[in-house]
Amino acid sequence: MSKTKKVDPAAAPWQGPWRKYDILKEGVIALIVVALLSVGLAGIFSSPDEKALTFQGWATSAPENFFATTVGELAGTTESAGYGPPYNEGGDGVSVGPLNMQKLMGVRIPVNPADDFVITPLSSSQQSQETVDALKAWKDASADQQAAWATAFDDAVQATADEEGVLDLTKIEKGDYGPVPVLAGALTDMATSGAYDGVLLAQDPNGFYQMDHTKQILFMGDGSYLDDFGTVQNLQGNTWGMMNETGSYPGQAWLWLYSFWYQLPVFNALDDADPASMSAQLTASADALIFYIMGLLTILLVLLPFIPGLRSIPKWIPLHKLIWRDYYRSIRG
Amino acid sequence: MTAEVESHTVAPAPGDTWTGKFRDRVARDLPPDKLLPDRQPSYVASWIYVFGVLTIAALLVVVATGVVLTLEGPEWYHISDVGHFFNSLHFWSVQLFFIFMVVHLWGKFWMAAWRGRRAMTWITGVVSFIVSLATAFTGYLMQTNADSQWITFEAKDGLNAVGIGAWFNVTNLGQTMLLHVCTLPLVVGLIVVLHVLLVRKRGVVPPIDAFKNEPAAASNTAEVTS
Repeated sequence: MSKTKKVDPAAAPWQGPWRKYDILKEGVIALIVVALLSVGLAGIFSSPDEKALTFQGWATSAPENFFATTVGELAGTTESAGYGPPYNEGGDGVSVGPLNMQKLMGVRIPVNPADDFVITPLSSSQQSQETVDALKAWKDASADQQAAWATAFDDAVQATADEEGVLDLTKIEKGDYGPVPVLAGALTDMATSGAYDGVLLAQDPNGFYQMDHTKQILFMGDGSYLDDFGTVQNLQGNTWGMMNETGSYPGQAWLWLYSFWYQLPVFNALDDADPASMSAQLTASADALIFYIMGLLTILLVLLPFIPGLRSIPKWIPLHKLIWRDYYRSIRG
Repeated sequence: MTAEVESHTVAPAPGDTWTGKFRDRVARDLPPDKLLPDRQPSYVASWIYVFGVLTIAALLVVVATGVVLTLEGPEWYHISDVGHFFNSLHFWSVQLFFIFMVVHLWGKFWMAAWRGRRAMTWITGVVSFIVSLATAFTGYLMQTNADSQWITFEAKDGLNAVGIGAWFNVTNLGQTMLLHVCTLPLVVGLIVVLHVLLVRKRGVVPPIDAFKNEPAAASNTAEVTS
């Protein structure tokens, strides 16, 4: 009596002819080849290393922008101030339908731009009497008064912009701005002298040892200095920047598919697009949507052996005939 | 007393202990000629097969050059020509690693290499690719130069948007550095070892249609009579 059982023939031991193979020899040769290739590439092309940007560099090369960004931090109009979780409650974060993971995770890395970027650094080092008085006036004022001063001055500063957005601080209209102009001026001076780079780093609760640069990155990103650097180096997201490195070096080219989605017009609407338009709404949620799309594609790739249709593509498009051409020729013969 | 003596003199039944079961399984799944083969089926004759071993070779160069970079710390390469050269070696070996790995992945896709109970081999390969992406990403984050400033500023938005940024803070250099030089390479290494052992256990996938009535799918089976 015969017994029927299911076996997968591709799992069966190979019964055909064999060829000589030396796994250790292949491994050693591969290692030598890759090592030599790496030495050759490193010797010929070196590797990128653009010096880190500093607040001193920003305040020196673009003092108007540093000044205006400082005012924006006090007024709460910068990207950091309106970011939302995980840094603060300034915004709601990115939603995809009813799902807002950003908000759900809450504020885990607290950043208060006005205090952390401006008031605390100014308060933690020796200042002129004028700045000391301005700090006292700011701290003694109510939140509403602070907002009124800072917002009015922020508007006045932005009103000096020409058609290309270049500010002219000599044209600021007179008004009741309280201590804000003095505070912004003092921080700009502090940054220009180079003192701000160290002070901002040292204000972490841990003080002496500091490895968290959240505040530095957020503040620097609020101005145009870092953004201009990204544009000059061709690193912007809408120009495949995710895959690029500084200079002409290859970056994370393997992120091409992730970067690809950001090039699509639906995820890349212009700033002046109608906010009600679909592309503007998709662009607003692009960071989350693209992450989820990539997550889904990754799951499909992992589970590909079990997905009908997808797993049969190699059979329908017979590139394997090329890979195993000798084998197919031999069985035809 | 007698019982104690007997318990030491009586040999345990085969497969009676965890150790014995593990040893028996290793011996069954990975006998020496499978673990270190000196022959392969005749169909294993294409340049595409070289890319798996090239990927591992590149990984070894990546790890070796990374270990040298750890000796003097993350900012060494900014101020030392020797350090910069090792940074360049690390940089280019990573580029080679990904080129080889992607070619290997595409090759295995077109071979439908998950056939014949090899789905876990495919899965561990893809997972090692994904963890390698994360490892390389943290490397780009901890360059401590203008590029890493830019990448951290841009990358935080994607991770924050899905809630990951609250736990994995790309602007925290200490966190990214430890992930890059310790946790993630360890995970990549372990998955790659598992992947290679699975390749050795199952052997190289035979050509599509090498067996009569053989389906391309991994889970499909053919009826045979024994």
